[in-house]
Amino acid sequence: MNWLKYALKRLLMLIPVIIAVTFVLFVILSFAPGDVARIILGDDATQEQVAALRHEMGLDQPLLVRYVNYMIDVLHFDFGTSWISGYDILPEFARRLPYTLLVTTLSVLFAVGVGIPLGIASAIKQHSLLDYGSTFLVMLLASMPAFWLGTLCQILFCLTLRWLPVSGVGSWQHYILPSIILGASTLATMIRMSRTSMLDVIKMDYIRTARAKGASEQKILYHHAMRNSLIPVVTQIGISFAGGIGGAVVTENIFAIPGIGAMLINAVKGRDVPVVMGTIIFVTIIVGVINLIVDLICAVVDPRIDFAA
Amino acid sequence: MENNLLEVEKLNVEYITDDAIVYALNDFSLNVKPGEKMGLVGETGAGKTTLALSILRLLPQKVGKIVSGSIKYAGENILEKPESYMLSLRGRRISMIFQDPMTSLNPVKTVGDQVLEVLDLHFPQLSKEEKNKKVDDMFQMVGIPCSRKNEYPHQFSGGMKQRIVIAMALIAEPELLLADEPTTALDVTIQAQILDLMKELKQKFNSAVILITHDLGVVAEFCDSVAVVYGGRVVELGKVEDIFLRDRKHPYTSGLINCIPDLSSTTPRLHPIPGRMIDPRVKVEGCCFANRCPHCMDICKRKTPEMIYENGHGIACHLFSEQEGK
Amino acid sequence: MLRKKKKPLSEYSSWELVGYRFRKNKLAMLGVFMFMFILLVTLFAPLFVPYEKVIEQNVVDKLQGPSSKYIFGTDELGRDLFARVLYGGRVSLLCGLAIIGIAFVFGAIIGGIAGFVGGKVDTILMRIVDALMAVPSALLAMAIITALGNGVWKLVIALSIAQVSRFARTVRSSVLTLRNMEYIEAAKCYGSSSFRTIIKHILPNGIGPIVVAATLTLGAVILSISSMGYLGLGVASPTPEWGTIISENKVNIRYYPYLGIIPGLCIMLTVMAVNFIGDGLRDAFDPKSKN
Repeated sequence: MNWLKYALKRLLMLIPVIIAVTFVLFVILSFAPGDVARIILGDDATQEQVAALRHEMGLDQPLLVRYVNYMIDVLHFDFGTSWISGYDILPEFARRLPYTLLVTTLSVLFAVGVGIPLGIASAIKQHSLLDYGSTFLVMLLASMPAFWLGTLCQILFCLTLRWLPVSGVGSWQHYILPSIILGASTLATMIRMSRTSMLDVIKMDYIRTARAKGASEQKILYHHAMRNSLIPVVTQIGISFAGGIGGAVVTENIFAIPGIGAMLINAVKGRDVPVVMGTIIFVTIIVGVINLIVDLICAVVDPRIDFAA
Repeated sequence: MENNLLEVEKLNVEYITDDAIVYALNDFSLNVKPGEKMGLVGETGAGKTTLALSILRLLPQKVGKIVSGSIKYAGENILEKPESYMLSLRGRRISMIFQDPMTSLNPVKTVGDQVLEVLDLHFPQLSKEEKNKKVDDMFQMVGIPCSRKNEYPHQFSGGMKQRIVIAMALIAEPELLLADEPTTALDVTIQAQILDLMKELKQKFNSAVILITHDLGVVAEFCDSVAVVYGGRVVELGKVEDIFLRDRKHPYTSGLINCIPDLSSTTPRLHPIPGRMIDPRVKVEGCCFANRCPHCMDICKRKTPEMIYENGHGIACHLFSEQEGK
Repeated sequence: MLRKKKKPLSEYSSWELVGYRFRKNKLAMLGVFMFMFILLVTLFAPLFVPYEKVIEQNVVDKLQGPSSKYIFGTDELGRDLFARVLYGGRVSLLCGLAIIGIAFVFGAIIGGIAGFVGGKVDTILMRIVDALMAVPSALLAMAIITALGNGVWKLVIALSIAQVSRFARTVRSSVLTLRNMEYIEAAKCYGSSSFRTIIKHILPNGIGPIVVAATLTLGAVILSISSMGYLGLGVASPTPEWGTIISENKVNIRYYPYLGIIPGLCIMLTVMAVNFIGDGLRDAFDPKSKN
């Protein structure tokens, strides 16, 4: 199986990336000022107590040693504990991740499901009312901050009209608005990409060949243009997913979804280094795997992609 | 003449772009008989491809426009027919080979499927086995092993791709084949192979062919008759032998023939036609070749010369119409 | 329609053509106009309203709707929203421009070295860039904020670092495409030094995609600044910033919608203007991409 070999190779290639990412993050986070031990123990602790804790946490060792120790722990699935709240990072992360993944996935599905058909339709009916309408929508969605759109929609649909629950999780209705808000900018990208891609494809020589064969416009669209126009769009889905996980932090904040976003924001504000570190490593791995899946899908759509190469 | 397969009558085609109108074809007239192999010769930009696309009614939408004139195919004016009529014509009765085989095949469909598609579109009554048999035969004929049917275009070389395009164009055994510079984009050795293939297929299929080229050598080898095109018009029309051997020629045709390097001659230089082709964005009065013509007269700049026939050989030039007039 | 021009298009130089196509693009010109307007108004904010108004609290006048006294109304502490939005725009816009500038310079240096020197240097630099790009840029910025803490300049540094990798990539690929072109070879044949080659030949021709990337990234960066502000990272209250303004008025927006709508519209219009300019530039540099 060529693709399996390729997938394994890509997963192996993820390892050096993770090592590089963690190292870069480790260096960046080592700049965090202030004495962590002091923060943990509070102002009342004596100098000796602080020094003892520093020694216990390994903070008095050189950066490289600390990095190697950290990586050894990580290999044992030990991401340490939160400096501030003391919880174990891995189980906490595992508990919160499903919410984030669910909202992000739903948002991408929403953007893909609405964006691709709309983009393709506006390409086919170029210069029509639909085309202008969707171009306008793209302009709006691409320049609206998600937190603003989210706040306004929450006020309108949840507080004033009471159509949807305001915040939290619990029922499927809770996920509707967050997914749409998080997917809004991805939707703009999807409409735009599929429209441009379709317009490029219709100009291709092989579409003219298909016309010269006597294929109807409908057949040309479904049998010749569609699949070709999806190739660049599929690649974009992977990129959008990564962006979506970043954006989820904001969306989760607005709608009080207990995903990794809240955990991360608190950690950033409290300078909780191990939590920030662990979260970003995880997200990087997830993004890497998603990009791999997207590349595999790409190969299904585009026969020119050769895994052997 | 009633038995013409194709009659193009005073066709005018324009391309409307952002900053100009391009007059691609001007009062273009041409007849093709069933089975006739007609060469369409002229420089790049003379309007040859535009003619082929007009016959299929495949001019770029919103840009290319047929302004006036008529195209009669098998006695019917196809410009007045609905699109559905054109669908039944394209690929079945008229098919086309495009210039660049590298881009004219769909990259995400197997070559076998792309050839088969023509049969699916136009011969729904055939069974799957019959269709596959036909595709296999066709692949054989154009010299591609049937085992490669399930491969994708990127796995083939340029010459092989052109063979596939030819297979696609001929599988429905059309009455008219429009071949738009089928060898130009290929290496010289491959060009010869494709030309040989086309000559071989010419015997097997009785289609009429309009071979668009700028290569008079190709025309001499392949065609029965020639139309020389310049500035969107036919300036000379006749049998291949006549064009090459007759003394009375349109000055542009003489120019074209003089451009062919002659190895036996002792003259050390080529004889290019002086000047450049007229700007197609300007509608010309008079003869479109006047600015480059060595025999240009006063009348040439005022009046567009009519096509004058002599023993079935047509020339549109005042040099000869004046003599006729006397 | 044939239009009368002093010079036919065919005689334009490539730079003139880019300018001509850009000026012909109505949305792009609208974008330039909008952006210049917003930039000038925020830069010359002291002409309209003194800075004290930003922090001055008039509890008596709290939560007043837009009026002649308070053009944009007041918030729950009675602060003038007009002043806050105007001075907040300075943070959003100037930080955005600074971030793009910093990311551009460092990206150009890293990408230029990688593309031009090639070999091991290229491999190492690009591995680092790949690693940075593997992290969603919002999260990378948050990690840097964790290290540096809150503050306008710290936010600028964080978002710049988060964008550098993207610029380095773009610059490197521009350099690589152009490096192998024949006219560069020709320049080398004249005995042009490497530095001269970069300045005279690679820069003017490779600048198109980089300028386009910079403009389109500016829009994204302005959005990031305000998102960070909304989350309470980076710019902290009472320093006004469009995102923080919305965040601090969150509870009042339902009954006093102007508190949310006005700063939000400011962000949207600014980003839109920048995107129009970016799209216009892209179409002007590469007319083939235009539909």
